Amino acid sequence: MSDPSHTAPPSDPELRIKALESLLVEKQLIDPDAVDAIIETYETKIGPRNGARVVARAWVDPEYKARLLADGTKAIAELGFTGVQGEDMVVVENTDEVHNVVVCTLCSCYPWPTLGLPPVWYKAAPYRARVVRDPRGVLLEFGTRLTEDVEVRVWDSNAELRYLVLPQRPAGTEGWTEEQLAELVSRDAMIGTAIVPAQGTAS
Amino acid sequence: MNGVHDLGGMHGFGPINPEANEPVFHHDWERRVFGVAIAGFGGGYYNTDQFRHAIERMGAVEYLSTSYYEHWLAMLETLLIERGAITKQELDARREQLGREAR
Repeated sequence: MSDPSHTAPPSDPELRIKALESLLVEKQLIDPDAVDAIIETYETKIGPRNGARVVARAWVDPEYKARLLADGTKAIAELGFTGVQGEDMVVVENTDEVHNVVVCTLCSCYPWPTLGLPPVWYKAAPYRARVVRDPRGVLLEFGTRLTEDVEVRVWDSNAELRYLVLPQRPAGTEGWTEEQLAELVSRDAMIGTAIVPAQGTAS
Repeated sequence: MNGVHDLGGMHGFGPINPEANEPVFHHDWERRVFGVAIAGFGGGYYNTDQFRHAIERMGAVEYLSTSYYEHWLAMLETLLIERGAITKQELDARREQLGREAR
């Protein structure tokens, strides 16, 4: 172990998945090319840029926004975002009065087609345990301070339902294009741990 | 089902520590676990509910002391052995062999 001329031995999970995958491939139970394609898709093609496009569309098109809030799954599919972990989507709108935050206390349910795979903190115990009990304190950890008059609603995902937060369109973006607006929308703003900040210099 | 996975409201887990510009995967083995688990649905050895339940059956200490993709790995081992896709003996033997070769 202490001999520096040796490279570090493979970690326990590294060996375990290698053993498992090699057996499954030998038995022709999985296709290694399919495994590679799945990894590539979720690493490069599916991510929060998708959700940002949904949000930006809702900001510029009131009719789309109405459809999105009425039937999230259907309106999101209009932009081509469908698939596993997005079969039943509910979009919750932030307003001056209400701020929404999403969690999955039981595991890590997350809307893959619009946000991609969840970050580590979303899947880990501290966030899942605390956001339902002390959401304002949790939001402060993300640098998001809400005034006392704003109601905070925490949505706990379940095995079927996935939530997406529709953030408020920030001030200073009048006349911006949909593409410009989409650039502003962060993953955390669609989970609800952040807001989309106002643009331009505050007067 | 009650179990340690039911974390909502529990105290004492400390700060959240979000990572800036977090990559989708942190290790190559996480990539493989994800890809194998998703591809494995096609084999019909498990569905989403069985997948989740296998993670919920993990022991409390193991559940809380291991990462998300380690949960997935434990789930895969549990279900593929239970459902007869592979045996524990061949999995243990392969792991040992790969460990020896890597040394």
